[in-house]
Amino acid sequence: MGNGVVPSAGTSAPDPEPSEEVRAAVAQAHRREWALVLAATVRVARDIDLSEECVQDAYVAALAAWTRTGVPDNPAAWLTTSARRKALDALRRGKTLRAKLPLLIEPAGDPQPPAEGADVIEDDRLRLVFTCCHPALSREAQVALGLRLICGLTTAEIAAAFLVPEATMAARVTRAKKKISAARIAYRVPRPGELPERLDAVLTVIHLLFTTGHTAPAGASLVRVELVERAIELARMMATLMPDEPEVRGLLALMILNDARRATRTDEEGRILLLSEQDRSRWDRAAIAEGAALAQEAMRGIARGRFGIQAAIAAVHAQAASYEQTDWRLLLGLYDQLVRAWPSPVVELNRAVAVAMLDGPEAGLADIARLEADDKLGSYRYLPSAKADLLRRAGRYADAAASYEAAIRLTQNEAERSFLTARLAEMRSQAGSA
Amino acid sequence: MAEYMILIYEQEKPYQDMDAAEGRQILDSHMRFIGQISELGGTLVAGNPLESSATATTIRSDVVTDGPFTETKEVLGGYYLIQARDLDQALEIAKLCPAPYGGVEVRPIRDLSGG
Repeated sequence: MGNGVVPSAGTSAPDPEPSEEVRAAVAQAHRREWALVLAATVRVARDIDLSEECVQDAYVAALAAWTRTGVPDNPAAWLTTSARRKALDALRRGKTLRAKLPLLIEPAGDPQPPAEGADVIEDDRLRLVFTCCHPALSREAQVALGLRLICGLTTAEIAAAFLVPEATMAARVTRAKKKISAARIAYRVPRPGELPERLDAVLTVIHLLFTTGHTAPAGASLVRVELVERAIELARMMATLMPDEPEVRGLLALMILNDARRATRTDEEGRILLLSEQDRSRWDRAAIAEGAALAQEAMRGIARGRFGIQAAIAAVHAQAASYEQTDWRLLLGLYDQLVRAWPSPVVELNRAVAVAMLDGPEAGLADIARLEADDKLGSYRYLPSAKADLLRRAGRYADAAASYEAAIRLTQNEAERSFLTARLAEMRSQAGSA
Repeated sequence: MAEYMILIYEQEKPYQDMDAAEGRQILDSHMRFIGQISELGGTLVAGNPLESSATATTIRSDVVTDGPFTETKEVLGGYYLIQARDLDQALEIAKLCPAPYGGVEVRPIRDLSGG
């Protein structure tokens, strides 16, 4: 390891080829410290675009510099110093165009200016997070900005994750950044009165990243691991920055628990396996223990939020010895809490499945019939598949086949489609032989 | 401080149908709103109601036509120009702007001063 030499400007020696160790160190620093380095740079440069460029340059410069001097003891501090220096140089050179769109930074409350280097105030990252997830930005823009600015993903990577052309994603990011400066969206952490609503927007964005990765809405494979891991890392960061917010813990717990089943959610051919069919011995027990403990913490208070309750539900499933031995009564109670905390037909649908497990498929089907009459779930792809599954269990194969057909029309994910098609064929042969 | 335009988009029919007492109530609510702008730390620069969209004349490449720019159910019926610290403050103020038959749009004024 090196001695943490600060980057020196204007070295002229040819860059040696970086070693594996250096490449790995830079990659790790990119993954773990990007938000920290960017936020600390934005603090002095007061310009998101410029800071982003300079942080990118700092990571590139680190490859050569760390090859010469060794990996510094505190990579984040080295990168921050380097990026800040580049940003201040650029500002001194007088990029007047940038000066027209300064970022609106409120004083942080501490009178001392931050010294060069590692002493980053943690709030800086929160400012970045809350600015990216400001309600005046569209949800799409919030997600794109979050991945770009908080996670440091390239526009091409974000475009690939959401299956849109790179130019589309680049335009989306540019438009969002322009709105931040032109409409003067303040770069700050919300005041306590605004916090619940603003925090909910942040958690929704992180959860959306996770669900997009966990069950890709379109495309060939079920899971996009990269998005799932980024979402969990983001929630971990938020849990460190806001340790007193139960919903942050709840979201982290929910995602860890769902991801603990990743290896068993499809078979070798990529076909979907239902919860009842998954090999529970292959679930990640360490992750389940961590997630269940976090879920318990999230459920400690009186004001339980939707993420905490969902995490508790996921914990019940993850800790059950088998599908049949699942504590459905406990689950039903949790779903009742969830319906109160977060009234939504989607929650009611899940509740109906729990009812079916407790009181038989017909009881669940009666609840689903009420939901269908409501029409709010018209194009929700899991309604016909949940209904089909209950009809199948009730032995009503012809009705089940019709519901599977409806479900197939609503999904664009290949893995889901082939699962539903196989079930449909099974129902048709059962109905034929009955 | 930055300047924001609060554009009030509403249905016109209820305004055409309302009696004098209701009209006075609407006016009173706007007078209250003007007071609230400064209570919330903003400054009123200008604000006016517009005549109905039936009085609008549109000009496109020198062609003059009768009527508003686009025919929509909710039309621009008035505006406030305010100064606010940032978008959050502008939105806090705009949330109080009376628009019982529609809503408001908040747009930052572009700064052409070059500073």
